[in-house]
Amino acid sequence: MQNAISAVTRRLVILIPYGWLLFFFLIPFLIVLRISMSTTAVAMPPYTPVFDWTGGWESIRASLSQLSLDNYTWLAGDPLYFNAYISSLLIALVSTALTLLVAYPMAYGMAKAPTTIRPTLVMLVILPFWTSFLIRVYAWIGILKPEGLFNQFLLSLGLISEPLIILNTNWAIYIGIVYCYLPFMVLPLYSALEKMDHSLTEAALDLGCTPIQAFWRVTFPLSLPGVIAGCLLVFIPAVGEFVIPDLLGGSETLMIGRTLWNEFNGNRDWPVSSAVAVVLLLLLVIPIMLFQNAQARAERAEREGR
Amino acid sequence: MKSLGIFRRSFAPWADPNAKPFISFRNVTKRFGDFTAVDNLSLDIFTREFFALLGGSGCGKSTLLRMLAGFEQPTSGEITLDGQSLAGIPPYRRPVNMMFQSYALFPHMTVEKNIAFGLKQDGMPKTEIAERVAQMLKLVKLESFAGRKPHQLSGGQRQRVALARSLAKRPKVLLLDEPLGALDKKLREETQFELMDLQYELGLTFVVVTHDQEEAMTMSDRIAVMSQGRVIQVATPAEIYEAPNSRFVAEFIGDVNMMEGRVALENGHSVLKTEDGVSVPLPEPLAEGREVALAVRPEKLKVSRAAPPEGANLYAVRGEIWDIAYFGDMTVFHVKLPSGKIVKASSLNATRGVEDPFGYDEQIWVSFEPQAGVVLKG
Repeated sequence: MQNAISAVTRRLVILIPYGWLLFFFLIPFLIVLRISMSTTAVAMPPYTPVFDWTGGWESIRASLSQLSLDNYTWLAGDPLYFNAYISSLLIALVSTALTLLVAYPMAYGMAKAPTTIRPTLVMLVILPFWTSFLIRVYAWIGILKPEGLFNQFLLSLGLISEPLIILNTNWAIYIGIVYCYLPFMVLPLYSALEKMDHSLTEAALDLGCTPIQAFWRVTFPLSLPGVIAGCLLVFIPAVGEFVIPDLLGGSETLMIGRTLWNEFNGNRDWPVSSAVAVVLLLLLVIPIMLFQNAQARAERAEREGR
Repeated sequence: MKSLGIFRRSFAPWADPNAKPFISFRNVTKRFGDFTAVDNLSLDIFTREFFALLGGSGCGKSTLLRMLAGFEQPTSGEITLDGQSLAGIPPYRRPVNMMFQSYALFPHMTVEKNIAFGLKQDGMPKTEIAERVAQMLKLVKLESFAGRKPHQLSGGQRQRVALARSLAKRPKVLLLDEPLGALDKKLREETQFELMDLQYELGLTFVVVTHDQEEAMTMSDRIAVMSQGRVIQVATPAEIYEAPNSRFVAEFIGDVNMMEGRVALENGHSVLKTEDGVSVPLPEPLAEGREVALAVRPEKLKVSRAAPPEGANLYAVRGEIWDIAYFGDMTVFHVKLPSGKIVKASSLNATRGVEDPFGYDEQIWVSFEPQAGVVLKG
């Protein structure tokens, strides 16, 4: 009896995350997928076919037969979309690399700080989240614009004679992404570095490593899980980022989030924008799934092997 | 002259006034803020010696080891190795290697890579590294585990990998920080002898930190008993046990009965008058009335029903059996003396059965030979 109850509760506990994924990921995704295979129409909703659930099996089958992959061929045919994807991936890649460069020393410093002040440091890293994301991005406009704080500071120091053009370039986007996503990189790195046994570094020194060699041969390889987690947490949302390139980037900056927004709001072309979203999702999910699969397989092989 | 302990030591460079110490601490002090971890300490360790630093937690023994390894710098004083000052030399340039208490094996590397780590760092050619690693694996009997990662090994195997890794570079001195602390009792005893054999075969100098007195007694040539950053006594295990120089050492190592009393003069000789009215002759004349203690180890006390014969040169007191602790190999009797003091007397259970054994509350005699005790003035 007791066992039966605990078996049921165990199932229920598993049911909650699965139910969540079903209702808030899988079903919306299927709706988007279905819209991406329709055609635009001047109607409400702005696409055909619209499934008529009252018409019975026959009418649904008729609607289903109207679905096509035309939008995907269209995406493949127009270099605009291809370029937008590539440019999004590149911008996300550069931003992730820059975020890692800024975050690693921060996380390292935090992990080496006295235990008493570490909670305060973690708090400070999360603190920016207490103000609105939009306000923080707008604030960067004030800092980066030609007559902004940053240029005035450099001019007053005499380092430059005329203002640098940063706003509305890719540099502004990099700065914006690094700034906004920094906590997502710092926290996993910190948790990986913090639990590392200090005697490992000492052992490396004892065996003949200089402090820098000890870092590259021991500390860094052991922090790789944190590096990977942080990079994924920054890279994935950065690819689809819309607000930062829209506010800080130039008009010629091509990013897929913006293309999607234009298709959806400007052209009111729901099917094409849905197709853009589906391709973006597949572009991100498939490589990450392959990567995680390979990692799990390597781990299993190591556990079973020899 | 009677030797202390029951075996002879042929290796004793510390007794030779011309021998040059290999490691030398000269007035070394280490402070962390207000806390003095090591207090004006001087100590000599000789080459090929198995030297133990023994003491409770916080006595400064680990700090001493870490200063030798180069992880801490002395606040004042000097440490020399083979005549060279170690001041300012970072850990990666010292000819010493350390085996860490936590083993500190690199979790992302196989056993083989762990052992090869220091050799690779020194730029040793690949073929030589492979040779040395194979040799080390054989030494610690882990040939078939070369490809495993540390988390796939048992505690004892990890300990061996750590040992192999610290020996791979053939250091002049091996530092061992509680090397057997994480092993269970049986394994610890086995490993003690393996470590001793290894040290003898390789002809290295070992400095081991431990809080386990049995471990220190078994393995080392000499022991430094430490307390509050100072060395209280440096001597061979037998000297430490049989001739402790202070109450602290006598009480720290093994069990001891402290017979307290005053010095009195009898027939022109100094004797110790204990609280229970026994007079024990003292080996040296001491001022009358001075309070001293006679430290007698439990195994040197004998319990008997009959009073010891007159003129047997034994010192005997009557007492009552208060408690009996049976350990299998021996039995310890806690005997209450007339003064209320409880002494421990242990007797070896050399035979399987005893006719008419002692019982609780029985009146018995406790006796000991005059030279069984050590006079402690402090």
